[in-house]
Amino acid sequence: MIGASLGAAAYERAPEISRILAGVGPVEDTRRARLSAKADAILTLNGIGISFGGVTALSDVDLEVKSGEIRAVIGPNGAGKSSLINIISGLYHADHGTITIDGQPFARVPANHLARLGVARTFQNLALFGGLSVRDNIASGRVHTRHASFVEHIAGLPRARREDAMIAEKTDQIVAFLHLESVADRLVATLPYGLQKRVELARALVAEPKLLLLDEPMAGMTATEKAEMAGFVRAARDRHGVTIILIEHDIGVVMGLSDRVAVLDYGRKIADGTPAQVRADPAVIQAYLGTAEGEDSEGI
Amino acid sequence: MAVQALDTARLPVDWAKLVQKLALPTALFVVAYGVVPAYASGYLVEAILLPFLALSLAAVGLNLLTGYCGQLSLGSSAFMAVGAFGAYNFNLRVEGLPLAVTMILAGISAAGFGVVFGLPSLRLRGFYLAVSTLAAQFFVQWALTKFGWFSNDNPSGVVSAPHLAVAGLSLDSATGRYLLSVTTVILITVLVSRLVNSATGRNFIAVRDNETAARVIGVPVLKTKLLAFALSSFIIGVAGVLWAFTYLRTVEPAGFNLDRSFQILFIIIIGGLASIRGAFLGAAFIVVFPLFLSRLGAFVFGGLFDSGVLDMSQRIVLGALIIIFLIAEPNGLSALFDRLKRRIGSRSS
Ligand SMILES: Nc1ncnc2c1ncn2[C@@H]1O[C@H](COP(=O)(O)OP(=O)(O)O)[C@@H](O)[C@H]1O
Ligand SMILES: [Mg+2]
Repeated sequence: MIGASLGAAAYERAPEISRILAGVGPVEDTRRARLSAKADAILTLNGIGISFGGVTALSDVDLEVKSGEIRAVIGPNGAGKSSLINIISGLYHADHGTITIDGQPFARVPANHLARLGVARTFQNLALFGGLSVRDNIASGRVHTRHASFVEHIAGLPRARREDAMIAEKTDQIVAFLHLESVADRLVATLPYGLQKRVELARALVAEPKLLLLDEPMAGMTATEKAEMAGFVRAARDRHGVTIILIEHDIGVVMGLSDRVAVLDYGRKIADGTPAQVRADPAVIQAYLGTAEGEDSEGI
Repeated sequence: MAVQALDTARLPVDWAKLVQKLALPTALFVVAYGVVPAYASGYLVEAILLPFLALSLAAVGLNLLTGYCGQLSLGSSAFMAVGAFGAYNFNLRVEGLPLAVTMILAGISAAGFGVVFGLPSLRLRGFYLAVSTLAAQFFVQWALTKFGWFSNDNPSGVVSAPHLAVAGLSLDSATGRYLLSVTTVILITVLVSRLVNSATGRNFIAVRDNETAARVIGVPVLKTKLLAFALSSFIIGVAGVLWAFTYLRTVEPAGFNLDRSFQILFIIIIGGLASIRGAFLGAAFIVVFPLFLSRLGAFVFGGLFDSGVLDMSQRIVLGALIIIFLIAEPNGLSALFDRLKRRIGSRSS
């Protein structure tokens, strides 16, 4: 599986990064590239560590995400991938380290302001509002843009109606983008699993985030559904320019989709680079082969 | 030409829809303001409709909090008490305060209480929250019994409800009290149904269904919960005013004990959580059921079926029904009603 399809496009899309990582190129160029990479970084994690009781889920993790890239985070089960996303979205608070989102540094990201910081996410386990229709679930992704009070809602005053209309329009666009028209008015809980995953992506996309965190968006899907979902993720980046952090087990999908890959193992980052570099990294092979024997995990 | 043809072709459809949409409200309106005042017996109004209306309103209020926003509360009866005693005292101590203003102020007092006792919801969930709302129940009953001021230092603690009048028109008769009650209930229900279908209502549901996801997308979770407590308690407070002023005609702490809180919770479980119609169906059931049971018991067992036996059998049957509903039909009478309607619809078409 190590030889799974490789996103050669990654090299073409971000030559500076690959050169920095490969340690080649003139010093001057590298420095400039590094500076511009810094300026372009939409997210930087420095020395992130968190433990639960005795379990160290993450220790001293650095991660830099450039604007417009698809940044994969892979690793065996329990490696700390979801913890990382939860720290970025403010649901967990790191014991150590800082999180810099679009130039703003945080020790703890305020989860209730996440949407306003331009960050949206999906969850490893579905986290939809079962009692709402597909359309209402998606529309809720723009709740952070609402200002009208409940009185304005009850009375149907102009501001409330204007907000409703604006959000309905954005919702329709996303419904069309993700081909959800035929189920838009159904209760979301009545949808098959794969479609629910898609609705969750829609709810995140409708917020028009700068940074999108996807925690295993294709887990449990059929091959067809996975390919479809991968297409949507790529299209979201290409058309809307959103930066994406993608956690995914399917190495084929990861290599094909991402520009750079970080590998976590037992809470440490053991490799970081282009798909090709990571694929060839002895530590990565070691980590994956080690677990593959034990738990017969998918992926490499 | 084409446009005109299209328009006229579409018009009859719209009319049909409009008629269909307005048929039920119109029928209800005619019954509420025409048929009932003209033909209902005193017994029907005093023993069935007045408690039904007050309990329906309380259930609408609790459903907003528990059914829509997912916050379990056992404090309903306390908020009814705050409303009832609030109204009594505002009416007593402010000369010439119009009835509507008295009721709104009573609702606001209950809302204030609701927010205070809703604060634990920011930390506690489900069963633990329910237990903490019990504090409201015990605190309010204690305060109302302890401080005679609330009952105007009446030695028995039981005070008569004041005269009811709107714009100089007395509403003390059974029909008058019924009209006051039904108007209040209709007004509030219309506002609530608009609320639950608005973005605010969807925030309630989001908090109920997945609080973490709600928080991350920017639903102001704390504000939403406290708003649910405030609005719910306001409505339950006004229901308390109706209960004391139009049904019991007395105001006393004992009328608002824990049993009443459970009764209102049972109404929304039996009627259907997160359904306004369910609140009314459940209340109708709870009011009519004991009467039905006592008639049936008297018919079958004759004199053996005294009030003690009635009370006990009522509790047993009700308890069993709640368990059955929770297991077999968590969406309550409202869902049964829908299914029945669909079956009839498919048969007739
Ligand atoms: N909320 C939590 N409480 C206790 N332990 C946790 C919690 N979240 C994660 N962990 C632990 O942290 C480690 C990493 O988990 P996670 O981040 O979910 O890994 P991954 O997403 O890579 O599978 C695991 O050992 C897990 O048990
Ligand atoms: Mg995970």
